Amino acid sequence: MSMVLQSPVRKMGRVSAFLGRAFSRPSFVIGFAILALSIALALFPQFLAPYDPLAFDLGAIQQGPSLAHPFGTDNFGRDVLSRVIWAYRVDMQMAFFATIFALVIGVTVGAFVGYYGGIADTIFGRCVDAIITFPFLVLVIAIVAVLGPGLVNMYVAITAVNWVYYARLTRAEIMAQKANDYAAAGRVLGYSDRRIIFRHLLPNATSPIIVYWMTDMALAILLGSSLGYLGLGAQPPAAEWGVLIAEGRNFLLTAWWMSLMPGIAIVLTGLGFSLVGDALADLLRPKGR
Amino acid sequence: MNEIEKETVLDVRRLRTEFGLAERPLVAVDDVSFQVKAGEILGLVGESGSGKSITLRSILGIVRPRGRVHGEILWKGRDLVPLGEAALRRVRGREIAMIFQEPMSSLNPLLTVGLQISENLAAHTDLDAKARKARAIELMDMVGIPAARDRLSDYPHEFSGGMRQRVMIAIALASNPKLLLADEPTTALDVTIQDQILRLIQALSRDLGMAVILVTHDMGVVAGTCDRVAVMYGGRLCETGPTADVIGDARHPYSLGLLRSIPRNVAPRTPLYSIPGAPPSLDALPAGCAFTARCPVAGPECRDVRPRLDSTGPQRQVACHHREQALVHFSAQEAAQ
Amino acid sequence: MIAPSPLAASPLLSIHDLVMRFEKPRSLSDTLAGRPRQVVSALNGVDLDVMPAETLGIVGESGCGKSTLARCIAGLNRPTSGDIRFKGESVIDLRGARRRDYNKRVQMMFQDPYTSLNPRMTVRDTLREAITVHRMREGGGIDRRVDELLDLVRLPDGAADKYPHEFSGGQRQRIGIARALSLEPTCLVADELVSALDVSVQAQVVNLLLELQDDLGLTVLFVAHDLRLVRHVSHRVAVIYLGAIVEIGPSETLFARPMHPYSQALLAAAPSLDPTSRRRAPALSGELPSPLDIPPGCPFHVRCPHATALCRREKPTLRPVGHGMTACHFAETIGGA
Repeated sequence: MSMVLQSPVRKMGRVSAFLGRAFSRPSFVIGFAILALSIALALFPQFLAPYDPLAFDLGAIQQGPSLAHPFGTDNFGRDVLSRVIWAYRVDMQMAFFATIFALVIGVTVGAFVGYYGGIADTIFGRCVDAIITFPFLVLVIAIVAVLGPGLVNMYVAITAVNWVYYARLTRAEIMAQKANDYAAAGRVLGYSDRRIIFRHLLPNATSPIIVYWMTDMALAILLGSSLGYLGLGAQPPAAEWGVLIAEGRNFLLTAWWMSLMPGIAIVLTGLGFSLVGDALADLLRPKGR
Repeated sequence: MNEIEKETVLDVRRLRTEFGLAERPLVAVDDVSFQVKAGEILGLVGESGSGKSITLRSILGIVRPRGRVHGEILWKGRDLVPLGEAALRRVRGREIAMIFQEPMSSLNPLLTVGLQISENLAAHTDLDAKARKARAIELMDMVGIPAARDRLSDYPHEFSGGMRQRVMIAIALASNPKLLLADEPTTALDVTIQDQILRLIQALSRDLGMAVILVTHDMGVVAGTCDRVAVMYGGRLCETGPTADVIGDARHPYSLGLLRSIPRNVAPRTPLYSIPGAPPSLDALPAGCAFTARCPVAGPECRDVRPRLDSTGPQRQVACHHREQALVHFSAQEAAQ
Repeated sequence: MIAPSPLAASPLLSIHDLVMRFEKPRSLSDTLAGRPRQVVSALNGVDLDVMPAETLGIVGESGCGKSTLARCIAGLNRPTSGDIRFKGESVIDLRGARRRDYNKRVQMMFQDPYTSLNPRMTVRDTLREAITVHRMREGGGIDRRVDELLDLVRLPDGAADKYPHEFSGGQRQRIGIARALSLEPTCLVADELVSALDVSVQAQVVNLLLELQDDLGLTVLFVAHDLRLVRHVSHRVAVIYLGAIVEIGPSETLFARPMHPYSQALLAAAPSLDPTSRRRAPALSGELPSPLDIPPGCPFHVRCPHATALCRREKPTLRPVGHGMTACHFAETIGGA
């Protein structure tokens, strides 16, 4: 009976060994630290932000960075640091929701067309061609323009375009895995196609998808804040980095911190995702042979 | 053939090639010494991880810079080990040429075959363009490519596997090398094609007086092609000698076991002799004999004391502490079957 | 020692006029130019009976269709035409539960030990999956069966909870055998089971296969290019050339006295361990014709030293010659010499 219990124990061992290797890489540690901080800020802004992000202080309008307001204040005297911190909640949400549906839909579609090929694959190929002919941002803006501005519509628009990239990646991975004899063995063992796809092929195809997802979340933040900046995403007075930058754009010469500080937040968070994604790409690469 | 008249062209002495950290090196080739004479084919035989390919690559210095080569590699009396990249490059491809297992990956897919032969001729001879073309056709003829003239303008992918290997050989021969290093040149080929390529290498060696080192894992290839054979295991030599002697009368337990595991003269469907276990990995080699863990006659000293490569007869060398026991063990095995 | 080939019994597998063609995808420029689709003829009418409990060796060079034949039998490829009958029942069009039922009885083992196992599943996961999907055992019986299977293929205790990358090539092939045996099949298709393994490890796996076959009364299709091994393990052997059987017969007589000129050349080209059997000229000149463009008449006539006008015109059929069957117009004169 003890033999039966070994399997999960060994899996735990593998996980901890993996984490050990991950945390011995400086790039992963830095990326992980940035993301951990970002998530903490997104989850608990109420405890971490020094001021109410919406509270006007007309006595302290557009003050430069100081001890009381490390990131300065905006044209209504609101604390920029607090607004940047509260914006984490919106922007981290965007990173997640703008990508997760694309991931789920794309991976499922990609797995099926990659496995079955044939006519479904041809149709898929044409769809992909049609969608990627348009510049990504233009297409998303067009969809948002039709649906109307707002976060939910923005997610819908991004997902409508973005799933194609996940599907393409997954399709290629599944096709590569399918060429391995373990897939043939599964068929000879009489396994159903669903079992072969989801239990055998997909788990071996996840690494590049996860890596891509990480970078895509960074891109989603950029895209979300771009749309926010254009007034198509999050709506003022909500704190969102793109919106914050847009608010500060008229005061670039007099109150540069209003745009610069949220800009730094975007860069830093993007960097966090990229570092973790890069490190994972290395770590998840299959062992030699 | 008069053995004494032949000149030794390559003399490898105590070759050691290691990779990885200097404090914990992975020793891929350890204390390997052998000679090759002009016009002779030496077979370097072993399984994966035996160090046979690394030995070959060490001669040309193409394991550097990741690999560190020690010992002496005397090419016509001149040591290649201390030579710098530039000096080595003058030897490489000119006096010593090399062919590989996968001809497709060593040919440039974007250049015609004629151009690739001609390129090598330009690098190593002072023929003019016209003479190079004529020579390229001659070389392709020599390696048995039919309709050589018409095929000069073909690209590598238009050739079959066997023909590509012939092209590789033609390129290697362009500089009139005195030594050809062949790294599993026929492993990717079918038997009838393998046979053709081996016969070709044999003929070239005989006709051009070219020395050949043929790396292979197949004792049958050695038996049919090589004059002498060196058996490698775990980066070390375990047995050397004339092919007929080693195959007919092996003395090292590894060569004995390897030869016995190949079915010949045994009743069909009876159990074959099998060496237990699997070849060792480089990071787990014992201080003593590398074969200890799988050896049927290993004693307590084998693990710790490295057996010397002792002469056991004319041109025969064996590295084993228990030569007698090995012979007794394997002849008893044979009698039992 | 040799189990008499049970010719009297009815065949377990009966293959009739099996044809397999693969259409190569047409490029856009081909389509526009109206060039016809290129068709690779992998199998051109194979007729074959496999008797219960025998080992049938299938040999040939790469691209001859031997792997395609194996995959058709295992149900991985659907033949273009022809029939495969298992115990008299056609299995070509089986679907769903009945296909699973067939595969429960006919299992396959693969060549590449590094891609034939799912790298993310432990050995236990792999075996448990097969056992549970087919409801071979229930509850605690599943794990007992896993241990039993690992015991059967001589894997050490504790192997069950390791991942494939923790094993050597030979051990992985044993896992592949255990996986195939988990469904308790009557017939095993072994596609180049040992050709990716080191020579010293091949014998271990071959011995295991022979032993399992005798213990479990299995029928084995041993597809390989190593003639020595095929001769050793097979009761009967079929030689395939360009997708058709050119000779089939009892292993010992076929190897001792091949009747078809291709079988003769194949045997002559195979590396022999006997250094006295050295040849200067290759056993067979020319290359395998492309399966895209199979020559008319006898497919071997382009390379055959005995070919006549008749061979170029008329395709010989497989007919009884000596102890076996041969597809050659002149088998009696060529083989009988």
